[in-house]
Amino acid sequence: MKFTLSWLKDHLDTDEPVEKLADKLTMIGLEVEHLEDKAKLLAPFTIARVISAEQHPNADRLRVCMVDTGNGAAPVQVVCGAPNARTGLISVFSAPGTFIPGKNITLSVGTIRGVESRGMLCSEAELEISENHDGIMELPADAPIGKPYAEWAGLGDPVFEINLTPNRQDCTGVHGIARDLAAADMGRLKDPAIKPIKGEFPCSVKVTVEDEKLCPGFALRLVRGVKNGPSPKWLQQRLTSIGLRPINALVDITNFMTFDRARPLHVFDAQKVKGNLVVRRAHDGETLLALDGRTYTLDSSICVIADDHAVESLAGIMGGEASGCDETTTDVLIESALWNEINIAQTGRKLGINSDARYRFERGVDPAFMVPGLEMATKLVLELCGGTASDNVVVGNPYGDERVIDFPLTEVKRLAGIDVPLPEMRRILGHLGFMLAGSGPVVKIAVPSWRTDVHGKADIVEEIVRMVGVGKVPETPFERGEAPRKPVLTPIQLRTRRAKRALATRGMVEAVTWSFISKPAAELFGGGKPELALANPIASDLSDMRPSLLPGLIATAQANADRGFGDAAIFEVGQIFKGDRPEDQFMAASGVRRGFASAKGLGRHWTGSQAANAFDAKADALAVLAAAGAPMAALQIVPGGPAWLHPGRSGTIQMGPQNVLGTFGEIHPRTLEALKADGPLVGFEVILDRIPAAKQKPTRAKPVLELSPFQPVSRDFAFIVDRAMKAGDIVRAAQGADKKLITEVSVFDVYEGKGIEDGKKSIAIAVTMQPRDKTMTDEEIDAVGAKITAEVAKKTGGVLRG
Amino acid sequence: MSDLLSLEVSILDQIAAAGDEAALEAVRVAALGKKGSISALLSTLGKMSPDERKTQGAAINLAKDKVSEALAARRDVLKAAALDARLAAETIDVTLPLQDTPAEAGRVHPLSQVMDELTTIFADMGFAIAEGPDIETDDYNFTKLNFPEGHPAREMHDTFFFNPKEDGSRMLLRTHTSPVQVRTMLTQKPPIRVICPGRTYRIDSDATHTPQFHQVEGLVIDKGSHLGHLKWILHEFCKAFFEVDHINMRFRPSFFPFTEPSLEVDIQCRRDKGEIRFGEGEDWLEILGCGMVHPNVLRACGLDPDEYQGFAWGMGIDRIAMLKYGMSDLRQLFDGDVRWLSHYGFKPLEVPTLAGGLSS
Repeated sequence: MKFTLSWLKDHLDTDEPVEKLADKLTMIGLEVEHLEDKAKLLAPFTIARVISAEQHPNADRLRVCMVDTGNGAAPVQVVCGAPNARTGLISVFSAPGTFIPGKNITLSVGTIRGVESRGMLCSEAELEISENHDGIMELPADAPIGKPYAEWAGLGDPVFEINLTPNRQDCTGVHGIARDLAAADMGRLKDPAIKPIKGEFPCSVKVTVEDEKLCPGFALRLVRGVKNGPSPKWLQQRLTSIGLRPINALVDITNFMTFDRARPLHVFDAQKVKGNLVVRRAHDGETLLALDGRTYTLDSSICVIADDHAVESLAGIMGGEASGCDETTTDVLIESALWNEINIAQTGRKLGINSDARYRFERGVDPAFMVPGLEMATKLVLELCGGTASDNVVVGNPYGDERVIDFPLTEVKRLAGIDVPLPEMRRILGHLGFMLAGSGPVVKIAVPSWRTDVHGKADIVEEIVRMVGVGKVPETPFERGEAPRKPVLTPIQLRTRRAKRALATRGMVEAVTWSFISKPAAELFGGGKPELALANPIASDLSDMRPSLLPGLIATAQANADRGFGDAAIFEVGQIFKGDRPEDQFMAASGVRRGFASAKGLGRHWTGSQAANAFDAKADALAVLAAAGAPMAALQIVPGGPAWLHPGRSGTIQMGPQNVLGTFGEIHPRTLEALKADGPLVGFEVILDRIPAAKQKPTRAKPVLELSPFQPVSRDFAFIVDRAMKAGDIVRAAQGADKKLITEVSVFDVYEGKGIEDGKKSIAIAVTMQPRDKTMTDEEIDAVGAKITAEVAKKTGGVLRG
Repeated sequence: MSDLLSLEVSILDQIAAAGDEAALEAVRVAALGKKGSISALLSTLGKMSPDERKTQGAAINLAKDKVSEALAARRDVLKAAALDARLAAETIDVTLPLQDTPAEAGRVHPLSQVMDELTTIFADMGFAIAEGPDIETDDYNFTKLNFPEGHPAREMHDTFFFNPKEDGSRMLLRTHTSPVQVRTMLTQKPPIRVICPGRTYRIDSDATHTPQFHQVEGLVIDKGSHLGHLKWILHEFCKAFFEVDHINMRFRPSFFPFTEPSLEVDIQCRRDKGEIRFGEGEDWLEILGCGMVHPNVLRACGLDPDEYQGFAWGMGIDRIAMLKYGMSDLRQLFDGDVRWLSHYGFKPLEVPTLAGGLSS
């Protein structure tokens, strides 16, 4: 919403400086986004006369002008490229050192093709007063040479631009803004009564409203014998000051009413309207050539005003070209109506029309002002265009609902924590047009018709607080209360936090990728369900909710490789979606490693370069699980995994087949190809929600530590087994030989090749035995060794390597 | 010179000449071994007369001691020299560069860090953390939050929707974390003190908007919390979060469907070569919206607005993270560029705490 200071002063008697008014507007909820003072900004631009304009010696399109800048100064030489630079022209001059807003530069003395130029003659675009940059400005012959241009042109009227919240339709007109300022002690509202204009004949056009839900009220009046033409200078200036283009007096009056009183109107050329008017839904396929020059195809969701012949106007949004008013108009129909807010908004969106009328009607205009608005407009038409007015035709109930709120005076203190005495409340509400009756403890407050946003007690509190000033509300310490200090994170929140830091300590960097991915990518990872496909995706590659973090991470790794960073270890901890119910959303921790981004470090290195492999991914997955508090001893690693992993280089981490906690491995080459990514690439995904909850313990004490006084004994064994045999099974078999005595089994060598039969491999394990009651004798150690050998042979067919 | 003396001199010369421990051992064996020269002399003592034995014995033993001492001294010298030689041979190039340790190279995303910071600050004020699903119903995202029918946010051009179900209802991606407030009010009895951080979605894509972003909202419901408390909490939060001793804040009346009165909050700052300094300067920067929970929202969540009251606020986590840490382009937060992540991310051990500081 834009308006100027002088316009505001039409409605507000005030001597407050413009900056103070702007600050106050912001602090009462009418946020001033821009305050533009053209007179200040354009002060260095002066009126000047071109004494001579001659062809530039070295450039066809340039002219060398001698310019009289007034005040008795010597003529100034200016090189000018404008086609209209000519001898005798009065234009606008800027000297070196001047900031040119339209070009965002500060002028300096220049030499253009060998000729010195000491200033510039300016176009309107360069001063940012219009977009016209066809040539330098041409001013009338009587423009005073040497005087500041802005002052002479009447641009010295500061322009406010307010970022209006959608609830304040009453402030889509200057009058409403003035009312708010008056309530905020910034002056006195000028609010003279609007006198009805007596009709001199009955209106010849009848109005039928087919659906009063779409059009709760409609008022119409005919003015005969008008003379339409350019509107007077004051009106044109009002419109141009806020960037509107004057058209003709009748149209300008409607635009003026829109911005002055938040009352959009429409004028029809009565001669072009055939028969009577009807407000109805459009027929499917009907068209209208609107005033913006575009033809709209309509349907039955759209409300129109039609005559006996055709649609003449898009109700509340834009008029039609056919019945528009121009210089030939002699009889004018003035329409002032009320429209259904939702229908206006939907129609505006559907047709893509953002008109000043739509802006107001979709917010809801003051119903009680429908007829007074018509009277005001009629008065202006009679004043500016002459003619005689008919009686009003009024259909529907234009007065809206009576709203009276029972308001306990304690409510302000209760919600806002500030004491406001009753006389102050009464004064504020009175200025805003509310009526307060009674003296407490509960008063009655009648809401003015234009405050369609006010319905209850809290709304009244807001009115009082914003006028008193939110800054006056004292800050009140918020006590923690009796609540004990205890952790506030839920288990899943803790796991999420720990998973992130655990992965970062493994040298990975955390990315945050999109929650939505392409449908093919979602399908590759078990997603793509219809209930997870967006109806209105922003792009086709952001169309489906991700079933896994891996597709996003693979794409991220590839994007980094494309930028030249092929060795990347990236992780994400975030939500994944298996369905559209809350319980189908899970928190996953995933990561990928590419190139030489092994767990050892990034890139090639003299200590040994290792490409990231499936074991790095396994270690990442287990690190997350450990950090997140999973029962590590109870986890099973099963070979193989989902279809997007290499079948022979992947594993599943589970606690029984029913509870899969995660998977890891090399990404399947086919998956990479489908995602247009280069491999090899390893990755993992762990579902943090699947980790069983830790048992609640009554104390924080750790279990008692048993330290044996006897030395542990370590013995090495190497077994020859089939190549397909799982090392995990050998370890488990060895452990099973004596569960009490054997405290650790580690694999320290895996070998296949020379010396080992084809199809076999050697696995070497170190077994630690921890005696608890006495030192072990050699015989006892050998006995356990024999049990281990037997157990491994039984479970895996492994034989001791000779 | 007696024979003994010349033998001693000869042995001492051999000791001094021994170049390594093996040569020295040979000298020792030749002198003191079973068949060594000095051992041989000692064995002659038995055949001597007691007087002769007394003088000769003392002389031979003196020579033996001298030789033994010389052997030990020489052995120490040779050992030290051998060790020096070995160590010299073992020299490594200590200038060889190392790889960054993983904990030094890894990074946590600035959004994660800021969420941890928020949690730390608000947990200290007695707030719990509430979360909810990203896929929401129209009812929780709009209706219960007092969005009127026909509100533009409910349109396809602002909100991501899923396809309608058979009953005509359709799920959507939450446009704010406020549905978590609804879920909290529906399931918990006041007093309620929660913050709701989470991912949110709107159809928007330009330099300052991304289709997904992150919000943190706060909610307090009890029988006495008012605007004064809200102002205090937000003031305390801003000082703690931006890590400054004082900060000027401006509360402006505004409008949101779910609060009444509604306020927007600006903080005073100075822009300085891409950095923003808080607690000084002339600019006002909008950082959050807040207000008293609208009576219609309380009613929709089963609370009587004449009995219960409270306030809520919401702000963009991405935005406050960018302001605090000087990140200029929102889109880069979701770009996954490892250069950006390494630069703006946080090391895993930089865990925000109140005792140790949020960011240092």
